[in-house]
Amino acid sequence: MFTLEPLLETFQTGSGFWSPIIWIVAIIVAFLVAVILRGFGKKEYKEKTGQTQAFLSGNPEYEKEQMHIKGSNLYWGFTESLEWVFDALKKMHTGNVSDYALWFVIVVAILFIVLITGENLMGAI
Amino acid sequence: MIFNIPFIAVAALILIGLYAVIFKRNLIKMVIGITLIESGVNLFLITLGYREGSIAPIYTSSPGGIMALPVPQALTLTSIVIGVAVLALMLSLVIHIYRHYGTLDVRKIGGPEE
Amino acid sequence: MNVADLIDLLLQHSPALIVAVPLLGAFITPLISRLNDKVRNVFVILTLGLTASLVFLLASDVFTGNIHTYIFGSQDLALPVVRILFEVDAMSAFMAIISVILSLVAVIYSWSFMKENTGLDKYYTLILLMTAGMLGMELTGDLFNFFVFLEITSISSAALVAFWTNKAKSVEAGFKYIVISTIGALFILFSIALFYGQYNALNMAMIASAMQYTFLDKIALVLLIAALAMKAGVVPMHMWLPDAYSKAPSSVTLILVGATQASLYGVFRVCFTIYGGAINLSSISIGWILVILGIITMLLGVAMAIIQTDFKRLIAFSAVAEIGYMLLGIGTGLVVMLNPEMTATGLAAMKGGIFHIMNDALDVGLLFLVAGAIYYATKETSLNKLGGLARNMKYTTVFFIIGLLAVSGMPPMNGFASKLLIYESTYQLNPILSIIAILSSIMLLAVFVKVFHSAFLGPALPKFENVKEVPKSMLIAMGTIATIIIIFGLFPEIIVNSIVEPAANALINYGDYVREVIPSFTGGV
Repeated sequence: MFTLEPLLETFQTGSGFWSPIIWIVAIIVAFLVAVILRGFGKKEYKEKTGQTQAFLSGNPEYEKEQMHIKGSNLYWGFTESLEWVFDALKKMHTGNVSDYALWFVIVVAILFIVLITGENLMGAI
Repeated sequence: MIFNIPFIAVAALILIGLYAVIFKRNLIKMVIGITLIESGVNLFLITLGYREGSIAPIYTSSPGGIMALPVPQALTLTSIVIGVAVLALMLSLVIHIYRHYGTLDVRKIGGPEE
Repeated sequence: MNVADLIDLLLQHSPALIVAVPLLGAFITPLISRLNDKVRNVFVILTLGLTASLVFLLASDVFTGNIHTYIFGSQDLALPVVRILFEVDAMSAFMAIISVILSLVAVIYSWSFMKENTGLDKYYTLILLMTAGMLGMELTGDLFNFFVFLEITSISSAALVAFWTNKAKSVEAGFKYIVISTIGALFILFSIALFYGQYNALNMAMIASAMQYTFLDKIALVLLIAALAMKAGVVPMHMWLPDAYSKAPSSVTLILVGATQASLYGVFRVCFTIYGGAINLSSISIGWILVILGIITMLLGVAMAIIQTDFKRLIAFSAVAEIGYMLLGIGTGLVVMLNPEMTATGLAAMKGGIFHIMNDALDVGLLFLVAGAIYYATKETSLNKLGGLARNMKYTTVFFIIGLLAVSGMPPMNGFASKLLIYESTYQLNPILSIIAILSSIMLLAVFVKVFHSAFLGPALPKFENVKEVPKSMLIAMGTIATIIIIFGLFPEIIVNSIVEPAANALINYGDYVREVIPSFTGGV
């Protein structure tokens, strides 16, 4: 028999809980507030007039392609300041299948050392 | 078995195969390396089932005595069949790669992504 | 015979049928393909639909606590090796559900997505073979059988990755994939041989019951974890994954996600079931290895995702990062397993990790399908060339937003529920772990906001003026996954209680799995 009650249960995570339903209600409320605020806006907007033109301090508008902020432009500062990290990472990804196999051997070796030598060390202590 | 020669051969085959996969630049040689690893593993399986002085495990016409364990042989046969399929697929992909790049050098076909 | 008996009979034979139906279907497909393309597509969808209903039938019984075994070969227990055993517990059933859903959706998606291609009979045959392989890996209780299915999956998926043979990069990715898979599989076979030499058994339950944790067992453990983790795309052995995921057709990528997770299932089965009794004997926990691998995987995956400029490659790197969460959750469960004070934490971590397997499959899968839809509409995957597509592709945009929120763990999507479980439980183990996990989640959100901005927002580009919404079959496929994501997000408690918790318990109580085959086994209580 299908009942509504289990659908409204809170999600128990062991040490806390959360309820998606409350969250949904909050999102709907926020959406309504946004719609109401939008309603206060001016209504004289007309399509296909000068109003829709971009205004760049009187400078001419660029081509659409140039106006668009592209994928590699985003987070420029972040990647630039952490360049040493990303350069190292890029260097790691050589795209050479031999290196992929080499990484496998390296991981096997590390796990081997950790599991076997480490265990003997722990045993000695 | 004398000095565990089969097991030494297993280790040697696997290590040589890994060496070929990692350090050889020619794709065909890498494929050969993989088949070497495979032979090593197959030899390992077969060796596990072997007992000194044993005969083939044919129950109906057995003259008596120790028989080799048939299960590892069945496993090896399966593994060989799989190996053939993998080998055929790898070589056909190598042919396609050669058509596209005109080379079999692994450093020239890879290259970091954009 | 009435209906109830028939269902009982089907249930009894379902473990065999689940693998047999797609396997037979695979070889009938080329014949039917001669008749008509549409008939073939319908046939493939029906075959997978039948498989899916069998999986659901089996799962519904397994989740109530029964473990199903199915014996191929000798029923006589005195001949222990002359048979292959399928053993389905809740974890296997859980993984089977994921695989079958992904395959079904991928086939529906392919209807329009692959329409222009030739050689589609082979394409569908390979997809069915791959599905059979994945399901076999998840249902089998025999290690050598596991290896065979692993190879079936690898061979068919490598062929599918290289399906667009006219593209140099696709062929190259396929070659890398098959090389890496074969090396991994051969080392798995080597460790199976190590087990066989010691315990004279291939059955997982029998090996688990006899496990001594000798030096050879440690070698086998290292090789099994490393090889299966490589096939699951764990850093630093993940590099084949972005190549294969980004160069394969999107529908294939969706099933590849399932194949990767089937390997991950192998890692968990090895650590929890086969080495279940060995945890007491080891002073260094295997769990910590999984946790550390998980942390590295998360951080590196997300860092690489930020600098990618190719749509599919970016999603592939975030899929790598997602695998880190599963390892973190389940590894935490393994670390605290022997500590009686932290049983609740362990269970919560396991639930989070396992729930995240399903959520990742759905979220990342949906994003790959969206990437495929964009490729289908614009023939472009570079984020530097896309832009303003939200104007032309409204439904795709909505699906992308759903996938974006889900994959970065934003409430109220399903990704949040599982990540919340992981954050809370890892915090109790070590706060730094959960801080890193949350940090990667935030970075994932940043990554996908970047995609959303550069592909969907921005001015209407003239070259994409005539781009149209994708055909219905692709929308249906994306819509199905999006619906499941929303349902899981709204009612996580039901899903966790009904399917995730049995799966977590099945992994923790490995003794039940062993006792199903060897009733005299006393460990793992």
